[in-house]
Amino acid sequence: MNPAITSELQSSLGPRNVLYRPEDLALYEYDGSVDRARPELVVFPSSTADVSRIVKLAVKRDVPIVGRGAGTGLSGGALALGGGIMIAFGRMNQILEVDLENRRAVVQPGVVNFDLTRAVEHAGLYFAPDPSSQKSCTIGGNVSENSGGPHTLAYGVTTNHVTGLELVLPDGEIKRIGGKLSDSLGYDLCGLLVGSEGTLALVTEITAKLSKKPEAVKTLLAIFETVDDASETVTDLTARAITPAACEMMDGWTLCAVEDYVHAGFPRDCGAVLLIEVEGLVEAVASQSAGIEEVCRAHNAREVRTAKDDQERELLWKGRKTAFGALGRLAPSNYVLDAVIPRSKLPQALRRVLEIGKESGLNIGNIFHAGDGNLHPLVLFDPRDRSQFERAVKASGDIVRYCVEIGGALTGEHGVGMEKSELMTLMFSDADFALMRRVHNQFNPTGLLNPGKVFPMGKGCGETRVRTSPLHSSVAV
Amino acid sequence: MSLVLTEAIASRFENVVGSSYVRTGPAELAGYEIDGVPPAILVRPASAEEAAAVVQIAVEEKCSVIPCGARTSLAIGLMPARYDVALDMTRVEGIVHYDPGDLTISVNAGTRLAALSKVLADKKQFLPLEVPFFEEATVGGAIASGLDSPLRHFYGTARDFVIGAEFVDGTGALAKSGGRVVKNVTGYDFHKLMIGSLGSLTVITRVNFRTFPLPTSRRGFVASFVQEDGAFEFVRDLVASPLTPVVLEVISREFVDSFLGEKSSAASLFRDAQAWTVCVGFEGSNEVCERYERDLTQLSRTASAQSATVVNDLEFAALLNVLREAPALMKDRAAHSLVLRFVSVPGNLRELLRVLNSFASSSQISCVVLVRSASIVYVAVSPGDGEETTLRQIASLCKSIETLRKQMDLSGVLLFCPRQWKAELSVWNQTADALDIARRVKNSFDPGGTFASGRFLGGI
Repeated sequence: MNPAITSELQSSLGPRNVLYRPEDLALYEYDGSVDRARPELVVFPSSTADVSRIVKLAVKRDVPIVGRGAGTGLSGGALALGGGIMIAFGRMNQILEVDLENRRAVVQPGVVNFDLTRAVEHAGLYFAPDPSSQKSCTIGGNVSENSGGPHTLAYGVTTNHVTGLELVLPDGEIKRIGGKLSDSLGYDLCGLLVGSEGTLALVTEITAKLSKKPEAVKTLLAIFETVDDASETVTDLTARAITPAACEMMDGWTLCAVEDYVHAGFPRDCGAVLLIEVEGLVEAVASQSAGIEEVCRAHNAREVRTAKDDQERELLWKGRKTAFGALGRLAPSNYVLDAVIPRSKLPQALRRVLEIGKESGLNIGNIFHAGDGNLHPLVLFDPRDRSQFERAVKASGDIVRYCVEIGGALTGEHGVGMEKSELMTLMFSDADFALMRRVHNQFNPTGLLNPGKVFPMGKGCGETRVRTSPLHSSVAV
Repeated sequence: MSLVLTEAIASRFENVVGSSYVRTGPAELAGYEIDGVPPAILVRPASAEEAAAVVQIAVEEKCSVIPCGARTSLAIGLMPARYDVALDMTRVEGIVHYDPGDLTISVNAGTRLAALSKVLADKKQFLPLEVPFFEEATVGGAIASGLDSPLRHFYGTARDFVIGAEFVDGTGALAKSGGRVVKNVTGYDFHKLMIGSLGSLTVITRVNFRTFPLPTSRRGFVASFVQEDGAFEFVRDLVASPLTPVVLEVISREFVDSFLGEKSSAASLFRDAQAWTVCVGFEGSNEVCERYERDLTQLSRTASAQSATVVNDLEFAALLNVLREAPALMKDRAAHSLVLRFVSVPGNLRELLRVLNSFASSSQISCVVLVRSASIVYVAVSPGDGEETTLRQIASLCKSIETLRKQMDLSGVLLFCPRQWKAELSVWNQTADALDIARRVKNSFDPGGTFASGRFLGGI
């Protein structure tokens, strides 16, 4: 990095808000995915004006920029693929306004997802999107990636809970779109910007909807001897129009690792479990859970347990939400996939995942949002073993391709990022890319904002794909 | 467009769709008029591919195209700056893909909402897109007009259940976004931009929806109040309660008198209607519905309701039809009806109503009011004689609203309006920021400005 840029940023933001030493930058070269890319500078703005100044400077010097929240993303969306300046929003973490009457909160992008819920729960409200990383991920990151979570089955993803944004465009201009109103006047611009993966603008303020906590919650753990029985149950629940607030599946052998970690009382000898939650009025919860139990039993559930109190319920959810971490016990590395399938095809998709696992000679776990068909196959491998690594890459690609073939989608909640950009051609045509590129270029004509993301090579915006480690060049899923 | 030119272009269209589906005769074009302006050519493609080919020709010939469905909401929007080709999409119809087990459906844009709802009902499912002109309106038109449904209180608006779309962009290319699965963040969410775009970005050819199971029972509760205070206290308490109704509408006495009179099948529910009536709808099992009835009765007593009635499934269906059709009924209420639509936040509603009340009492023009989901306000103003005076009065109402808008979260548009007043009253412009971003969107989708020239907010 040109030292003049570093010193200009230091004098603009204060020296403690600019990182440039390799040992400091190393912390920012990864996210939750397997890719890596090191920024040349990391800066911490504390206001929208700071962000605008940084962007203007970057544009003047022709330096790429990427925004970053907590770095928990799983698709490389917040990695500095083109080097350049990383704008880390960790210090823009203020809840600016809580409007209880109108159920809105105005927050800075660095506010941690769960902190917003904590700030409003005294009034019986919460922020609905609940990614597994909600205790560390930021709302700005959620907005960029349009993050989901277990309860999106009932309540939708981030875009369904955002009504207004403040943006810094790639030329440094500050714009506000939407606000507290539930409907936008004119085009649904928030709908376009949420989930645009930081390729159109940097988000510096978010107006979020707050939801009302349900009167009653019931959490069921249904235990099955086989994965087939569990997945048939999910398909049958959808077909019978039973819509729980969350419906998660974990297969038996991954569950053992989870149980070793959280001690939540998960069985160690089953094929799969479903963690199902129903919410609403006491009467609705009672009748829905009875219906769910009946369907589970019809598909040979060995046992259907109900969490007896909040503590047990939280423990079950802790097991689910920390599951990926727990699997670190089973292999040196794992690769979390994210793909969506039509829900009626869940049993066949899981059978195919199993087959692909056998073909590759690797273990593939399944811990995922079964209710909305959002698979998260987890490929375990040792990255030091070149053969294992290559087989993991192939297996992952095979799974994602299969999901798209049966009518699904590349990503349900993690985003395309750099992880899946090359696979975008599985879903989109040249005409689709041409339109996406025109939209991209209207906002980000120089391509300096988050280069190398979303678009596959040759369909994108003239960016150069930089792949610095063997990992990059190989993991193309 | 000159006659010679029109004929030359029409014949190019004929090569695509066949001569039976291209029209240039005044009688046939009259039905496609917008604000008194007829198109020069009417084209009715049979498929998305034909629609794309028509747009390609229009781009080459520098024609302005306005896509339409059943034309029930075509009057919404500014006066067209140019209108050469009416692209009628009603032949591009039918269900493309429906797997009830997935609760998703993919339909061609020209499909009627009513026909779609029958297909879904056969599988005990529905789409919460209960919008005005329901019997005639097409899927594409309903999405492009952006009108909402009384069910939005629980099910949200189209942006919450449209999961993908296919469309012809302004270069004549067939493109798509989203998909057919309920959860999907692959690529930009272009289908959200189609909603309420009034045909200014694309020709919508297909829409994918998530569908919902029909509830076991859907019933209602109607409580009437002498005072506005009581009605809104009831609404506030209901919103704060654990109940999650699917419909929450507040209607004025004038609304009841206009649309729920003796001829209405829901008339019996409104015999004791006072100044304001709150209509609540809820769904679920018998136990759940009984809980609603108990709690709502209690809440209505607390708020000193003058009368309160439990509404059974059949009666509620009839009431829901009236609420669904409210903007359409308001439009047809009188020869010179104006229909305004405001979006507020619950906290600002009363201030907006105060302005409307003060307009009604000073102008002696009655306002028919419907408040949807404690934030959307539909108002019909139907002036009688003395057009000039009325126009001045309404212009002054617009000014008061504009003042209000500067002070609080509020937006409004004129949905329907006599054409001779449209230029004078116009709509309230969006902010400069949003307009700048909206222009970028328009330039990306329709770089040559082919679609619905000048009809969108800000003259886009």
